[in-house]
Amino acid sequence: METFLQQLINGISQGSAYALIALGYTMVYGVLRLINFAHGDVYMVGAFAGFYIANSDIVQGTLGTGVAAAIVVMLGSMAVCAVLGMLIERFAYRPSRGASRFALPFWLGILGASLGQMIGGNPVALGIGVLAGVVVGIALERAGLRPVTKSSHLSLLITAIGVSLFLENGGQLAFGADPKFFPEIIPTANWQLGPLRIDSQRATVLIVALLLMAGLTFIVNYTKTGKAMRAVSFNLDAAKLMGINTDRIIAFTFALGSALAAAGGILVSLLYPRIDPLMGIMPGLKAFVAAVLGGIGSIPGAMIGGLIIGMAEVMAVGYGQSTYRDAIAFVILVLILLLKPSGIMGKGITEKV
Amino acid sequence: MKRHPWLLALTLSGTLALSACNGGQGGDSDEILIGEFGSLTGTTATFGISTRNGIDMAIEEVNAAGGVLGRQVRVIVEDNQGRPEEAQTVVTKLITSDQVVAVLGEVASSRTLAAAPVAQQNGIPLITPASTNPGVTEVGDYIFRVCFIDPFQGLVMAKFAFNTLQVRNVAILRDIRNDYSVGLADVFIENFTQMGGRIVADESYSEGDTDFSAQLTSLRASNPDAIFIPGYYTEVALIARQARGLGMNMPLMGGDGWDSPRLTEIGGAALNNSYFSNHYSVEDPSPAIQNFVSAYQAKYGETPDALAALGYDAAKILFDAIERAGSTEPEAIRDALAQTEGFPGVTGSITIDEDRNAVKPAVVLRVVDGTLQYVETIAP
Repeated sequence: METFLQQLINGISQGSAYALIALGYTMVYGVLRLINFAHGDVYMVGAFAGFYIANSDIVQGTLGTGVAAAIVVMLGSMAVCAVLGMLIERFAYRPSRGASRFALPFWLGILGASLGQMIGGNPVALGIGVLAGVVVGIALERAGLRPVTKSSHLSLLITAIGVSLFLENGGQLAFGADPKFFPEIIPTANWQLGPLRIDSQRATVLIVALLLMAGLTFIVNYTKTGKAMRAVSFNLDAAKLMGINTDRIIAFTFALGSALAAAGGILVSLLYPRIDPLMGIMPGLKAFVAAVLGGIGSIPGAMIGGLIIGMAEVMAVGYGQSTYRDAIAFVILVLILLLKPSGIMGKGITEKV
Repeated sequence: MKRHPWLLALTLSGTLALSACNGGQGGDSDEILIGEFGSLTGTTATFGISTRNGIDMAIEEVNAAGGVLGRQVRVIVEDNQGRPEEAQTVVTKLITSDQVVAVLGEVASSRTLAAAPVAQQNGIPLITPASTNPGVTEVGDYIFRVCFIDPFQGLVMAKFAFNTLQVRNVAILRDIRNDYSVGLADVFIENFTQMGGRIVADESYSEGDTDFSAQLTSLRASNPDAIFIPGYYTEVALIARQARGLGMNMPLMGGDGWDSPRLTEIGGAALNNSYFSNHYSVEDPSPAIQNFVSAYQAKYGETPDALAALGYDAAKILFDAIERAGSTEPEAIRDALAQTEGFPGVTGSITIDEDRNAVKPAVVLRVVDGTLQYVETIAP
């Protein structure tokens, strides 16, 4: 029983990190009907932004470690990622959304650059990759996609994967491929609660995640911008007709979602202080499963989904085999798609054809 | 495709251009070309970097002293990013495209195991500085190593736990996807139970995991006196932190996979009261070791870990073999390597046995506030 309760605490702290990432997926899906596959990588950038802020002279010199430093690191990294989210939206998704004929070649070019970098690892290969990507992009767009671009989300999805690869490989170039170690900004302390142990990092993760979720719920439900977000999510064209600046609301949604991903990145780095440019892939996928499980588009659903996935993982490892850790989330995905595709909190939507 | 044949043509030419970028480069015929592969990036990056530093130092020394057989030695280094499939690719490239006469490389057994068949098939000697899994040299008669093997390391830690630490109930936490870790854990269990100890729990994780709280919580329930974690430094350091966070203050034990300057940087005070077996100790007063340590510190500005010392020894043994063979024919080098006896390496006197493994002692080190203290030497 004691072991079980301890596992429960482990699961909740793991799950609250997934929940924070899942919120970003679900919000962007809500307004754009787009699975933003680059979201897991924004989480990675958040962790790295936090890493550099925490190691900067300003934080190291004046604040040291403690709550003040932690708040500066957290807010700084959230701001960086909010801007990154808006940039991604502005330069990657908005052109695709407007069915621009440049978007697909542009992102395939970046995809080609990443592949060139991976295969060749030198500027020539990179250049050839860009060229090949752009050419294939123009060809694809002319040959097949142009007729469907306006009506389908396919080009947006391809764009999302391009952005994701761009951030992963760009991250390896910018930060280096070897792992970095996140500094201890919250001093370690251990508390004994009856038979249970909880340390200061785990407690911080729980409290901050809860505060952020409460803050998000407030913004979405009780502010004017939140109301506009809900309107855009309900019907984009109608919202536009009612005088809502939908582009601004979409950008704001990206900023908010990315800031939450950054917060998730920092919180996870507090618990597990190893960060590397590919760290976002798995958590990103699992958070996506969490969002689907909770009902994609539903904010409370993402929170519940995240907690369930975190809990399921810890229990699978604690009482089963550690090798099932990554499998369990995807088993859940298959089950939920078979049994209740709309998710726990999702409403059944009839697709307009 | 019928409408756009140029599409295919463009894609094809792009692919060709890409592959052309990695074209071969022939060596100067006066130089002796050797290949090296290692994890210069990835979760075990310090393994590859330390090994490369050690090898570079050996090459610099031998070249300054007039080279091998009167010829200068040049090494071609390839990064495998810590991935076995990549290790196989780069070794194929080293052998077929760069035409090296011998290959030095890899610390991780899983990566050497992936690359060794390539060397064996092409008849090029491969010396691994630090892969301790027994299967590595079983690949064939061209595969050698200059370190001890897992059964010995597992035996050393079992003896140490039973006789020196005097613990009887030990829990295991192994990296299930790693040949090295699984091998070490199995041998430890076999020897420790034979001596009369008990294994109270056996849990696993996978390289790259960051959360170990679930496994540690399960281990805690079985009340072990010590935990044996034969993993690599990145995970071990995170495990140590999380174990102490769960109030588990018993000794942690491991093997040479712990050896990295990063270990205590990540793990900090959580690693106090931990022990691991290793290839050598920088505290050893013997002049060969002290000369190596001071030369290394002067060149790289840090204390050499065991992998640097093993990389150095591997390169030196190769040069010694080429010198004795009197030629750079891979077959002659192989035969000379197999006859290595009592070579005075930094990591001890090295003799290659009939299974192409090195016979040599191991040391046990203790982590104390970020430094490694020598505890004892256990002979074969």
